[in-house]
Amino acid sequence: MKQVALPYQEHEHKGLLKALKLQRMASFSKGMLFLLPSIILFSVFLFYPLGRTLYLSFFLTNSSGQTTVFVGLENYMNIFNSPIFLKSLQSTLLFVLYTVPGTILVSLFLAIIANEKLKGVGLFRTMYASTMGISTAAASVFWLFLFHPSIGWLNQLLKLLGADAIGWLTNPDWALFSVSIATIWMNSGFTFLILLGGLQSIDQYLYESANIDGAGYFYKLRRITLPMLSPTLFFVITVSFINAFQTFGQIDMLTRGGPQNETNLIVYSIYQDAFMNYQFGTASAQAMILFFIILILTLIQFKLGERKVHYQ
Amino acid sequence: MMHLVELKQVSKSYDKNVQVLHSIDLQIEEGEFFVLVGPSGSGKSTLLRMIAGLESLSGGELKIQGRLVNHLPPKERHLSMVFQNYALYPHLTVEQNILFGLSAKKVNKQEQQKRLQEAVSMMGLGDLLKRKPKQLSGGQRQRVALARSVISQEPLCLMDEPLSNLDAKLRAHMRTEIRRLQKKLGLTMIYVTHDQVEAMTMGDRIMVLNEGEIQQIGKPIDLYNQPANLFVASFIGSPRMNLGLAVINQNQLIIEDTIKLSITNQDIPKIIKRSGITIGIRAEHLVYATQEEANLHLDVVNVEQLGNETLLTFEVGSQLWTAKWLGQWLINAGERIPLKINLDHISFFDSQSGQIMQTATASQDLKVVAL
Repeated sequence: MKQVALPYQEHEHKGLLKALKLQRMASFSKGMLFLLPSIILFSVFLFYPLGRTLYLSFFLTNSSGQTTVFVGLENYMNIFNSPIFLKSLQSTLLFVLYTVPGTILVSLFLAIIANEKLKGVGLFRTMYASTMGISTAAASVFWLFLFHPSIGWLNQLLKLLGADAIGWLTNPDWALFSVSIATIWMNSGFTFLILLGGLQSIDQYLYESANIDGAGYFYKLRRITLPMLSPTLFFVITVSFINAFQTFGQIDMLTRGGPQNETNLIVYSIYQDAFMNYQFGTASAQAMILFFIILILTLIQFKLGERKVHYQ
Repeated sequence: MMHLVELKQVSKSYDKNVQVLHSIDLQIEEGEFFVLVGPSGSGKSTLLRMIAGLESLSGGELKIQGRLVNHLPPKERHLSMVFQNYALYPHLTVEQNILFGLSAKKVNKQEQQKRLQEAVSMMGLGDLLKRKPKQLSGGQRQRVALARSVISQEPLCLMDEPLSNLDAKLRAHMRTEIRRLQKKLGLTMIYVTHDQVEAMTMGDRIMVLNEGEIQQIGKPIDLYNQPANLFVASFIGSPRMNLGLAVINQNQLIIEDTIKLSITNQDIPKIIKRSGITIGIRAEHLVYATQEEANLHLDVVNVEQLGNETLLTFEVGSQLWTAKWLGQWLINAGERIPLKINLDHISFFDSQSGQIMQTATASQDLKVVAL
């Protein structure tokens, strides 16, 4: 009887395996089908350009962007020996250092005061978030007027106070700082909104319990609000960080990289090399370097941040 | 004499037109376990939060330890509170959670550790101090919340449905534990619940609240035996009191047009009305009788065997009545059972106002066994 039964069972077992395999295949292809739109979009607009940039960074090109001579890593070596690139790297790091903490602190402060339950607080929330709806170009025009050397409000204010006028965008000592201030203002709306959302999702019971325990305002801020907000803060810091490295619009509008290359941030420098000087090879090499800087710094942030963030 | 907590004409309304609490008068004594019970939406949690200082009073006076506290923030009222969802800080360890209040008040470290040891050994949390709340079970979280309240050493403790997130078995266990803790520390407890069993088993005194109005305040046993109105009668006690519309016709009490009991004027000295009466009788007073003794016969519609006792459901006019008999009775649905009701077990209510007219006379002298 065993002899008869075994082959039959084996046969059945094989059939089962085959059916399972077919099922897995079907489920895999269904999954791929759902992913297809993203795969196509990412390939066309991200993966292909990335590969193309990497390819271009090893070549010299003519003015229409066609490769002419293969130069290997020479583009990269030239860049690192170029004082202009090193200057632009330095400016970019300074710019990140000014704008990221600046934006976070300003938005956090605004979010905390706008989170109070007061009459008419909705008006202030709208106001503080409103810069999110203003395009970089339009915002830059406001700030151009504010920074204007003779008719700008900032210099008029200084005059009223009896101080000397400042060349906000023309003085090399001030230009990067001025652009940073404008950038903080532009980015604060988005950051504010995200942080406010984070604050509102903190359970009110925690504060009520702390009130009964007799905790003061700053004690609650330090022991409850900030730790509970840490996942949101971490997200906002990472995003602001990446955004700061990629700043372009306001530089183009406000200073065009000047004066004396003080505000020539990397993305602006790439733009100039590619579309003003038609050096697509070196521009691509700079783009690759920027990509790796952002990648590495973001990875470091995740490593450091993980320890200090309290996910619920 | 000074009451620990005293409410005078306290009321609460939202936006000046939604009145959630109407003129509450209440005194709570030191060392008392006081339970606020009512269905959801009755305003019991709001009242507790007003005592805690988390909600403002719309009217009236609130005194704690003889001091008017209407205007004081929670921290100056000298009380502790356990929330329904425990309100533990998810990013802090059990130890940090328990010590949160003490370090907010800048109590010195030695004192903190001393009190921590006491609270921890009392609650049996010794092994859990370094854990985060999400690594704890419901019962353990509950203990942490209790420890946090105990460690403050405030004389008044408020609890807002602290057991409603636990399963039935743990709930019964925590009931005893909370009660024991309260007695041991001599705390004054104000305890909010919607569960009348919790109210009956834990409270020294109970206040029944419905739609923002006090229905009755008293000892659990008094509320059970002498409910002040139909609401309390049907809310307190499980299974609930059997109710039926009744009229008195000459020498007969006619209930739901189906039961006729003979009655004399001596039985109902306090009843002037002859119609518009609702009578109530507890499940344990609907007893089995032999054919000769029986004064009514009813059809069984359902039988529930609980092991130590048997619950029987009878159809009486439009109502379903329940009887609770000790022991195991092998009875099938559909049988007609001879029963006996003593008139002195019947409570008489005014159907219109719902107020009591005459409590069950038997309950006044009887059966509370005092040792």
